[in-house]
Amino acid sequence: MTLARVQLPASAKRGEVIEVRIAIQHPMETGFRFDISGRAIPKNVINQLVCRYNGVEVFRAEMGSGIAANPYLQFYAVAEASGEMAFEWIDDSGNRGTERAAISVIE
Amino acid sequence: MRTISTRRRIIAVLAGLAAAPLLPFRAARAQADPFAALLKQLTGGATVRHGRVTVDTPRLADNGHSVPLTVSVESPMTAADHVRSITLLSERNPRPIMATYHLGPKAGRAEVTTRVRLNGTQRLLAVAHLSDGSYWSGMAEVEVTESACLDMG
Repeated sequence: MTLARVQLPASAKRGEVIEVRIAIQHPMETGFRFDISGRAIPKNVINQLVCRYNGVEVFRAEMGSGIAANPYLQFYAVAEASGEMAFEWIDDSGNRGTERAAISVIE
Repeated sequence: MRTISTRRRIIAVLAGLAAAPLLPFRAARAQADPFAALLKQLTGGATVRHGRVTVDTPRLADNGHSVPLTVSVESPMTAADHVRSITLLSERNPRPIMATYHLGPKAGRAEVTTRVRLNGTQRLLAVAHLSDGSYWSGMAEVEVTESACLDMG
């Protein structure tokens, strides 16, 4: 199971630029490490993360082994309408994760 | 008199020792840019101008496993003039392309913060691709005391 946490302002004015933060629990295995019996641990990183705001893509990240474990991202989006921000990501082993957060936009 | 001349000689030797490591370091830096090949691959040979991109990291990172990094680009982020993508490049990591972020006018502000892994003291380059097709870059230097990738961490 993947754990993730999204932080958004609970409400914003229309047109305001809001800060979006997400942290996902994931080892981001580089593929350069070895386990206790000397076998290489295969690379397994979250290679893609997409953020959609009411269904429209506002941010997309392609990541590699150069991103620290438990990846954290902070970016910005223009508050246009009340609704939700949906995050979707996939790692090298094919595991998918999703998380969503609501936002209300006031006039 | 003898004591003074000995002391002067010691001082001269010490000064020489202190200056010596700087010389090959400067020479190495003046040589081929490690980012050149990567940039060509990334931009398809387009000119990458320096400026408009700021990479903000701590000057000294104790631990290379997780180094906070903020990259920002001067851009109005309108439909006509915005940042399409930002790519983070590392000089010494085994995989030099660390991440690519795709943005657009709906982002409102061209700024992304994350935490990166760094394999030792190095320079980081961020390349922004703008909506008019131009490429801009910004650089930061990070000194890493304990490198990622070397141990089992």
